[in-house]
Amino acid sequence: MADRLPAVRMRGITKEFAGKVVANKNVDLDIYRGEILALLGENGSGKTTLMNMLSGIYYPDAGTIEINGKHRVISSPKEAIDLGIGMIHQHFKLVNVFTAAENIVLGMNEPSGFDLKAASERIRQVCDTYGFDVDPNQKIYDMSVSQKQTVEIVKQLYRGAEILILDEPTAVLTPQETDKLFAVLRNMRDDGKTVVIITHKLHEVLDISDRVAVLRKGEYVGEMITTETTAQEMTNMMVGHQVSLNIERPDVEMDYRMERIRVKNLTVRNNEGVVKLDDVSFTAYTGEILGIAGISGSGQKELLEAIAGLQPVESGSVEYVVDANSTPEEVEQLIGMDPIKIAQMGVVLSFVPEDRLGMGLVGSMDLTDNMMLRSFRDGMSPFTDRKAPKHLAELVVDELEVNTPSVSTPVRRLSGGNVQKVLVGREIAAAPTVLLSAYAVRGLDVNSSYLIYDLLNRQKGNGVAVIYVGEDLDVLLELCDRILVLCGGKVSGIVDGRTTNKNEVGLMMTKLGGGEE
Amino acid sequence: MIDLVAFIPRAVAQSIPLLFGSTGEIITEKSGNLNLGIPGVMYVGGICGVIGSFLYESSLADPSQMNKFLAVLIPVACCLIGSLLMGLLYCFLTVNLRANQNVTGLAMTTFGVGFGNFFGGSLIKLTGANIPTISLGATSKVFRTTLPFAGSMGAFGKIFFSYGFLAYVAIAIALASSYVLNRTRVGLQLRAVGEDPATADAAGINITRYKYVATCLGCMIAGLGGLYYVMDYANGIWSNDAFGDRGWLAIALVIFTIWRPSVAIPASILFGGLYILYLFIPTGENLAIKELYKMLPYVVTIIVLVFSSLRNKRENQPPESLGLPYFREDR
Repeated sequence: MADRLPAVRMRGITKEFAGKVVANKNVDLDIYRGEILALLGENGSGKTTLMNMLSGIYYPDAGTIEINGKHRVISSPKEAIDLGIGMIHQHFKLVNVFTAAENIVLGMNEPSGFDLKAASERIRQVCDTYGFDVDPNQKIYDMSVSQKQTVEIVKQLYRGAEILILDEPTAVLTPQETDKLFAVLRNMRDDGKTVVIITHKLHEVLDISDRVAVLRKGEYVGEMITTETTAQEMTNMMVGHQVSLNIERPDVEMDYRMERIRVKNLTVRNNEGVVKLDDVSFTAYTGEILGIAGISGSGQKELLEAIAGLQPVESGSVEYVVDANSTPEEVEQLIGMDPIKIAQMGVVLSFVPEDRLGMGLVGSMDLTDNMMLRSFRDGMSPFTDRKAPKHLAELVVDELEVNTPSVSTPVRRLSGGNVQKVLVGREIAAAPTVLLSAYAVRGLDVNSSYLIYDLLNRQKGNGVAVIYVGEDLDVLLELCDRILVLCGGKVSGIVDGRTTNKNEVGLMMTKLGGGEE
Repeated sequence: MIDLVAFIPRAVAQSIPLLFGSTGEIITEKSGNLNLGIPGVMYVGGICGVIGSFLYESSLADPSQMNKFLAVLIPVACCLIGSLLMGLLYCFLTVNLRANQNVTGLAMTTFGVGFGNFFGGSLIKLTGANIPTISLGATSKVFRTTLPFAGSMGAFGKIFFSYGFLAYVAIAIALASSYVLNRTRVGLQLRAVGEDPATADAAGINITRYKYVATCLGCMIAGLGGLYYVMDYANGIWSNDAFGDRGWLAIALVIFTIWRPSVAIPASILFGGLYILYLFIPTGENLAIKELYKMLPYVVTIIVLVFSSLRNKRENQPPESLGLPYFREDR
């Protein structure tokens, strides 16, 4: 394979961002025709930046790029398109109010003139060739995530892309959709196209790729033939030292276990009147991690926000069991309360929302000020106490190994993993009795993810009722004691994390009644 | 009852500056630039035309013998150049330097109104007239030339053919913009820039060029609104602050028409009618009632804003990245 001419040859690629952040340093990479290359690396290891330079979004500070043996300077996305390079970004590049066809022809200058009907016809041909199902006249905002992704792929094929780059394409897909995508990618590889897939999910790398290239802290560390390597070897290469790949699921002694949150017949409608949660009932216990699985947008966000007092509820109840052993049972109703009232009742509820910088932290404020968001109401003085939050910020930085210049750095400047550590650190420092977390490891690398799992497990050991909304089924199956599966706002079942399997949960995510407790 | 044959032509005449302004602003906003400098641009367009035609008229011994072609060309060219410079300034500040669009636009409106009044005042001083106005009667007469057969067609002619050429230009521009925006590749790409510049960029569209061209073109169209006001509506008489708040009404119209230039044609006539309705409704001796009628366009604007904010249809929303700067390497 090495004697073939690579489709892409990158040599000595270096890219720095303002503020001296080195994203890529002297990277050499070869990508061959008719193969699927997995680009593997932790967060901030520069995978996306490297590929963005290939697709013309960024311009390298140093280094050369050869396409099919010819030296090329790619200074804009247009030049990349002309060279047959197509990138499918993690955040889809689609205009929501346009139809699929309009998005697909966008920016193209077809000699036949501007004719959407003819374009739709050609789009159908592309779809038939590869077995896609796209309605050219459907608007993007009416589409599901996987449909949007299909449009993105068709868009690149329609433009005649020979080199296709996919940035974390499976992050939002169900296992079944992922399988379908991989089948398409193999199809394209066999068709002689070059495919690069950026990911940090190891099992996917093993499943789909022919070759793996690993980046660490912006530098190229090596490559392997997929069939000759193991997940463990790849992880070690990615992280730079030995890492245990097993997620622990400690058993908490049963006398700790009591009911903590009782959700009964909860129904929620959003602003547009669409039912987001439909008659949801479950109980969360102390000393357990209750996983919540489901396709994104199945009501996970509404469920957590309803418990946290942020979401108006149509009907149903959320009870917080203060003490199950006293008679009569001491119970507080959380519905109709806002977060302040819930806190005043003495319920310590910690919430790690999905939108870290939107709901969890204030991006332009520094670590100390963000810690204060939880404590500024304390005390009677009109002045705030800055000492304690500063101390807490230093503690979080210390204990969770947050990589930050100082505690007075705006959190916006930190990388995704570090932002998450600050948020989780603050929420855990409040010594909660209930910990709600939504996509706590989304976008985090292996190292940071395991740190977060460890923190959740420690909270569980302290008798906290942990509710963990996740998207990676493998993690949910390894970490959670029980898994509640949501499908279209309904509970399609609650399964035991120790006995269920991926296939069962995957099926329950797409249709109701797939399993019983 | 209102005399419709008298009312409609006045309403249309009143609507033309609004139509120019809102068409210009719609094109601008489709590129994602929220140009609140439009009221200022319209002042600049007006005064530049006045300066040009003032210099031309005063260079002649007898203004009534002027070359009709030059009498139109000079003010129009001056107006377009002045508005273009305003557009370039706005683009340089917001696209290249990524300044806040609201602040830039408001500053430009303040600047444009001041610019108009300053040069208007200067010209008035030059003429040494007793009344604080500049009168460009001869030029205005050329601008107000109507089709020769308009007068002989009775009410029909009065309603449809009694306007100067700029009025028809305004309608033609609005219809053409509507066609370009919805039916051509350029329109599709322009809309993509305003909706989602990152997507448009990744599709190989030159964002900076689209923003510059759309904004400058928008400014030039809006500037013609100022020129029409002075030369046609006001019979060639410039007096400071006479243009008033029509520029803001034009921006309100953009929302009222849900970013559609073709809808702007009837909508601007409606606004124009509301603007002068008080002159045609018998209010007797009570001046207070007249003042209440003068409020109508503003009341309608507020009502429209309330309703347009309630609409949920995705197509009826403003361009998604309206008012936001774009920088490719932003992380």
